[in-house]
Amino acid sequence: MMTADLATSLSLAAPELIVAVGAIVLLMLGVFSGPKASSTITGLAVAILIGALAWMVFFVDDGKAFNGAFTSDPFARLMKLLALIGSVVTLVMSVGFAKAEKFDKFEFPVLVMLSTLGMMLMISADDTLSLYLGLELQSLALYVVAAFNRDSVRSTEAGLKYFVLGALSSGMLLYGISLVYGFTGHTGFVAIADTIANGDRNLGLIFGLVFILAGLAFKISAVPFHMWTPDVYEGAPTPVTAFFAAAPKMAAMALVVRVVSEAFAPMHSDWQQVIVFISIASMVLGAFGAIGQRNIKRLMAYSSIGHMGYALVGLAAGTLAGVQGVVIYMIIYLAMTLGTFAFILAMRRKEGNVEQIDDLAGLSSTNPVMATILTILMFSLAGIPPLAGFWAKWSVFLAAMEANLFALAVIGVLASVVGAYYYLRIIKIMWFDEPAGGLQPVAGELGLVLGLSGLFTLLYIVVAGPIGAVAQTAARTFF
Amino acid sequence: MELFFDTYVWPALLIVIQSLALLVILLIYVAYIIYADRKIWAAVQARRGPNVVGPWGLLQSFADMLKFIVKEPVIPSGANKSVFLLAPLVSAVLALAAWAVIPVADGWVVASINVGILYVFAISSLEVYGVIMGGWASNSKYPFLGALRSAAQMVSYEVSIGFVIVTVLLCVGSLNLSDIVLSQGDGLGTRLGLPNSFLDWHWLGLFPMFVIFFISALAETNRPPFDLVEAESELVAGHMVEYSSGPYMLFMLSEYVAICLMSALATVLFLGGWLPPIAVAPFTWVPGVVWFVLKASAVFFMISLVKAFVPRYRYDQLMRLGWKVFLPISIFMVVATAFVLKLTGWSA
Amino acid sequence: MLTGLAAAFFYLFALIAVASAVMVIAARNPVHSVLFLILTFFNAAALFLLTGAEFLAMILLVVYVGAVAVLFLFVVMMLDVDFAELKAGALQYAPIGALVGIILVAELAVVLGGYALSPNVAASVAEPMRDLAERHNTAQLGDILYTDYVYAFQIAGLVLLVAMIGAIVLTLRHKEGVKRQVIADQVARDHRTAIEVRKVESGKGI
Repeated sequence: MMTADLATSLSLAAPELIVAVGAIVLLMLGVFSGPKASSTITGLAVAILIGALAWMVFFVDDGKAFNGAFTSDPFARLMKLLALIGSVVTLVMSVGFAKAEKFDKFEFPVLVMLSTLGMMLMISADDTLSLYLGLELQSLALYVVAAFNRDSVRSTEAGLKYFVLGALSSGMLLYGISLVYGFTGHTGFVAIADTIANGDRNLGLIFGLVFILAGLAFKISAVPFHMWTPDVYEGAPTPVTAFFAAAPKMAAMALVVRVVSEAFAPMHSDWQQVIVFISIASMVLGAFGAIGQRNIKRLMAYSSIGHMGYALVGLAAGTLAGVQGVVIYMIIYLAMTLGTFAFILAMRRKEGNVEQIDDLAGLSSTNPVMATILTILMFSLAGIPPLAGFWAKWSVFLAAMEANLFALAVIGVLASVVGAYYYLRIIKIMWFDEPAGGLQPVAGELGLVLGLSGLFTLLYIVVAGPIGAVAQTAARTFF
Repeated sequence: MELFFDTYVWPALLIVIQSLALLVILLIYVAYIIYADRKIWAAVQARRGPNVVGPWGLLQSFADMLKFIVKEPVIPSGANKSVFLLAPLVSAVLALAAWAVIPVADGWVVASINVGILYVFAISSLEVYGVIMGGWASNSKYPFLGALRSAAQMVSYEVSIGFVIVTVLLCVGSLNLSDIVLSQGDGLGTRLGLPNSFLDWHWLGLFPMFVIFFISALAETNRPPFDLVEAESELVAGHMVEYSSGPYMLFMLSEYVAICLMSALATVLFLGGWLPPIAVAPFTWVPGVVWFVLKASAVFFMISLVKAFVPRYRYDQLMRLGWKVFLPISIFMVVATAFVLKLTGWSA
Repeated sequence: MLTGLAAAFFYLFALIAVASAVMVIAARNPVHSVLFLILTFFNAAALFLLTGAEFLAMILLVVYVGAVAVLFLFVVMMLDVDFAELKAGALQYAPIGALVGIILVAELAVVLGGYALSPNVAASVAEPMRDLAERHNTAQLGDILYTDYVYAFQIAGLVLLVAMIGAIVLTLRHKEGVKRQVIADQVARDHRTAIEVRKVESGKGI
């Protein structure tokens, strides 16, 4: 009864099916078991996501599914792995917060799962139609979780702001897609690339490309589409901010890489200009914008804007080494970000969570272990050798140099020097300022994430070889 | 010039004549439906009902109509005049327009279009506008409350009617109403080896959906026990409080035309349209239109009895029934029907 | 191309559609605006019919006119918008409005100018509609939607599910102390639980 074609399609998309069906089942479970079951649901959500992850790693082959709307290749699987790890870790970290801050609604894990599903579909999208639908699925769930704490003015403001600007960016994306469709007659990435390679590049296509990149730049919060980021990061509940900073960035970056290196590969010189511009703007704004920040979540927002800029440096090169650099950068960024947010979630006093940088004053004397790990993370984020962050920057700048983008690399290095200032300021506050009342002991799951992340950044040099190899396999998808 | 007449004028004239014929017969039928409604209601309450005008009161509806026409139409000073007058017109025109696609016998239909059932569904979902516009334009509390109730109620029950239609479409494989009737020529009964009979019609195979359709049709046409829109003991007469004479008559008329439409639709979807109950000699001699009218009248008889028997639902109960009972059941039935058709290979 | 009667009807519907669209923004009363919007929908549906897209025409009526516009009308009636007040500040936003208008015109120019930029763009239609006599419109849509685009169709369903969850999560508040009707309990009652028979001695009471 089932055609062979459909059977292969379903087997390629099995992890997505697991997540989709799991989310719907958990939704029903949550509705019928009442508000008490939220931690159980979170646990089950983690289990399902890990199940999908394992299935993907062990059982999914390369191939195209659903008439070319969906693709499974090493790049897609690696990026999906990262997105899934980001979601799983966020859910694990949210458990303690949920209990303390009255955040325990079963819809949160369900929405995170559906958003993760959207990310997986985005990463695997090989067609502008599935690109858009995956993106909307991911974003819509994110809008809701940003406003999740509906009794807080800041949270609802964050949700609304993100929603309005996100809708605008979706509009731009769609307009770009429709232009590209109109001028090529195709929605599939491969078919678009073929049409461009065979025909002349005309103005309409370039318009379309720019609009698509603008829409995607919003999702990775690259300048000049970054305005929502600080407010949303600050306003949203902290586990949600952690989620925002980790998983969706993986998916959106993967999508940018795939769109430019697959669909628009023949228009390399056109998109390179755009990527170089947003890369420079993001690096510079990320570095300077963070300097005046007092709130650590806001600071991380600017930090993530800057890091997206660095990652795009690799993409601008448009070479195998460049895409490999982007993948390595995203792996390391994920590890560092999750660690930092585990720390932010652990910033608890008796009266509740604190978010100001000044609250960290003198942490080295009250909680020396936490202070040490955060110091490692901050050094790594700043790009001090031999920590992971340095190697991430190294790989993208090297690729840019090889592609003769010297100016870009130099600006990148200068921006990271400026950026180092505010990371070092946190370290200075922790180690040299007067203690401002210590924090409560770290919860087990947060400690685990924090420890693993610190260990990874510290000892990255040991695993650099295998990770580089994996990243290269992934990047080879496009070359 | 002759070509012009052949291609445009005569066909157009034919359509106009067909429509007029349908309209006149329909209106006369509706006049007696109203009479029957009152008689049945009276009989249940052990009264006589209308019995003065004409023999056994048969001309009562026409007398009422005459009275409505000669009375003075009153327009409240605070009303939004144009919308106030537009509302009954919208109601009446929509209710009558839906009849264009109803096949009363084989080939007896003004417009046999491919998406006939969707057309009827669309038109019946628009009927709420007459009520809302009338309720709002009256600029008065009771009509407005009635309009609000009606909007929520009709939108809710459209959902389950939509799913009922989907199950029938799954069995038929066409949206054309004549095809839907013809497909009921064989079915469950003939599969068991019986001759073509009423056992083939969809009411048997889709019995739960037939029940849901019947109840939803009551809600969709604001009939008791779902007449919260008018609810004479709460809202006086709902959206019609401020109306009088001609406009009021149009509202009344469109209400009954819509009820007849729902009866006809139940006949087409579930009771085999113009097909005879058993396809053997004495029954097949009777023309199809007679069977159609008989079946539609039987459905109306049930609707009328419900009005006499069942007390009015409370508003939250109405919503609960629509969203928490009918919607899940009908979604389940859509899935179940699709599975059965696929597994047995009966699908069209 | 449309000729004869079809062309005449096209101009009729198109004219009414444009005129009523203008009235949507020109009407003083917001309820009239919504009613004109509905008229616009109607004419758009009629235009769909002229091109043979009968399914789309009917769905436009069912979904937009039958459901969306009803709720729209509902909200406008309930809110009782004071338009004079709204329009008072309108002029100060005129430059922004003009800017948006100019951008939209420029975008349209890009689309329409496509024929000049890329002359063979008309040849790149991906999938033209088949002859309606061969297979009618509804079936053609179904053929494509549930086979080639089943993937997109399912994701769209999930997007709607998320929208629904979101609306409920962000707005639903459970009130404390509301008495609810439990139908199952009412149905399960019988005379044994509902009535208690007691012997009452005269002059004593219960």
